[in-house]
Amino acid sequence: MKLPKHIMKWLSVLLLTLLVVGGLSTAWADDEPKPDPTGDKTGDRNTAFDAGGNAFMVSEPAKLSDEDAKDPAKQKAYDDALKAYNDFKAELDKEPLAAKLADVAGHNRVAINFTWTLVTGFLVMFMQAGFAMVETGLTRAKNTAHTFAMNFMIYPMGMLGFYLCGFALMFGGLGPIGTMGGYAGLNHEITVHLFGYDWGLLGWKGFLLQGAGYDTAVFTLFLFQMVFMDTTATIPTGALAERWKFSSFMIYGCAIGTIMYPIFGNWVWGGGWLSQLGANFGLGHGHVDFAGSSVVHMQGGVIALVASWLVGARYGKFNKDGSTNFIPPHSIPMAMAGTFILAFGWFGFNPGSSLAATDLRIGVVATNTMLASATGALAATLWMWWVRTKKPDPSMMCNGMLAGLVAITCPCAFVSAGGASILGAIAGILVVESVFFLDRIGIDDPVGAVSVHGTCGAWGCLSLGLFADGTYGEGWNGVPGKVTGLFYGGGMSQFWAELIGVTTCFVTLAILTIIVFKIADALVGNRVSEEVEIQGLDIPEMGVLGYSGMVMDKEAETPHPKGYAKPAHAEVSTH
Amino acid sequence: MKKIEAIIKPFKIEEVKEALAEIGIEGMTVTEVKGFGRQKGQTEIYRGSEYVVDFLPKIKIEIVLADDKYADAVAAIVQSARTGKIGDGKIFVLPVEEAVRIRTGEKAEAAV
Repeated sequence: MKLPKHIMKWLSVLLLTLLVVGGLSTAWADDEPKPDPTGDKTGDRNTAFDAGGNAFMVSEPAKLSDEDAKDPAKQKAYDDALKAYNDFKAELDKEPLAAKLADVAGHNRVAINFTWTLVTGFLVMFMQAGFAMVETGLTRAKNTAHTFAMNFMIYPMGMLGFYLCGFALMFGGLGPIGTMGGYAGLNHEITVHLFGYDWGLLGWKGFLLQGAGYDTAVFTLFLFQMVFMDTTATIPTGALAERWKFSSFMIYGCAIGTIMYPIFGNWVWGGGWLSQLGANFGLGHGHVDFAGSSVVHMQGGVIALVASWLVGARYGKFNKDGSTNFIPPHSIPMAMAGTFILAFGWFGFNPGSSLAATDLRIGVVATNTMLASATGALAATLWMWWVRTKKPDPSMMCNGMLAGLVAITCPCAFVSAGGASILGAIAGILVVESVFFLDRIGIDDPVGAVSVHGTCGAWGCLSLGLFADGTYGEGWNGVPGKVTGLFYGGGMSQFWAELIGVTTCFVTLAILTIIVFKIADALVGNRVSEEVEIQGLDIPEMGVLGYSGMVMDKEAETPHPKGYAKPAHAEVSTH
Repeated sequence: MKKIEAIIKPFKIEEVKEALAEIGIEGMTVTEVKGFGRQKGQTEIYRGSEYVVDFLPKIKIEIVLADDKYADAVAAIVQSARTGKIGDGKIFVLPVEEAVRIRTGEKAEAAV
């Protein structure tokens, strides 16, 4: 393992500096909102709302400036608001019990949303098992321990990177956590002012979840957002399975949670510039992504695509003339059970992204999610059966269901059942064509990760610009009105915002992936040797077989590429 | 002594074993093998990659017998393993030089 000492030294220095600066920065101002680590101050009469969003508390109107006082309309508005406030105060003084009940109601409302966010977050965490099973089931038995280990270790690696600085970079400038009590301590967004507009670039608050970050709403948000980050993180392990060196994977694991994921994530979900395309440039409601077709899935898909291109195809996958060889999946039951686990976890992924059980749109979100998964699976199956290979292929059934789920992830809250079904079906056909296309251009994707998450993630975002039906999303990203797409009279502006977001995602992640993988290649090398690859990665890389005691004919599972001058052969143990 | 090597279809092994027991042969060695004869393989396609399933699973039975017993054994195997369809298998008979029972040290016909 080649690890130049001076590079390691400078990497450590860089990391330490980041930590110290981050830590210090959260201890600066005194007029900061007070964090609530215990949770007993979060949620009171100020958070008591009815279903229509009307607040219990009436607040005192701001005093008019001298200039505004000259305007009779503004003066009247102020007088009305002041009277309403004084009336409310009088009522409150007469009935102090009402205020206490409002405190309880507010606390309970916030508690419902905490519970919702946490439990849906737990469901998404379980998706890690689903990903591991799908990837391992669709690859060969001689690599099981390695494939599963990558999917296993990405959970702690990604999480710790996100805890160190990723969350702070992504959500440091989020502003008030509205559904969970309104704590506003995440208030530092690094912004540049260009061409007369503010461009939010990165957050800078909440490093290591201490200082302003040590608040129970922040912790809850961290848990929820972390499992989303881990979904992104685990996607490239599928595209790079069966030839990725474990040490290189660990380096990627350090980078994904700390830097690769949070940047684009901040731009869409952290209040950054992509979310403000609507407020700043009138492009719909800005780049809208409810649960992460672009933030989560497309980011993972692009990393998978570029990394797979950099690392190269598996030995024997492609012949010299570009035709592909058969490399069989070793466990269809594992792959399909894993797909069901993912589909189940998606009930946390999409509805949970409301961060509020008090937002009853969650019923629509969950059902849209379910419908898209069904049409995706069916469309992919029929497309394979009737058009492509003349047989219904189980691996494509899995990819099809996941494609539908990925595609619905962005628009799930904004479309009708019809829209969800149609866009899911289109995703099912897209994923099949994408798999065949990648084969044609020489990119080896053992499990279809790029096609499911990259292609259908992009389609999911674009489909919002078409299918959003204007029944939800009032005020999204600070733009008045509900989110509406082309087919419902919203014009093209939402579609353009989605397209800009999707393109930005592709470019940004392509650059980041190239940087990280070039560094990893220089430090340890990305790919195992041909010998190791043919033998199976389990013993050389992990030291233990995934299926100990089973006799495996390893060379039989490894096609030798045709058309080259000297066919390569290795002395392989059939242990 | 003669050795019989019979390649048969896997699902026939119970029938063959019973047919041999009926004529008094109760010892054999069985291996799972794969192979093909004139029976051609078929082309399948998985996610855009074509492949041919050439090898079919078979069972190989090995029995060592005295010279006067092997003809009956061959007949019994042919009778019980035949389905009339392609891929039924083949039987080979080879001469055996020596046989030893490990437990007792008996040699030749006493060993089989």
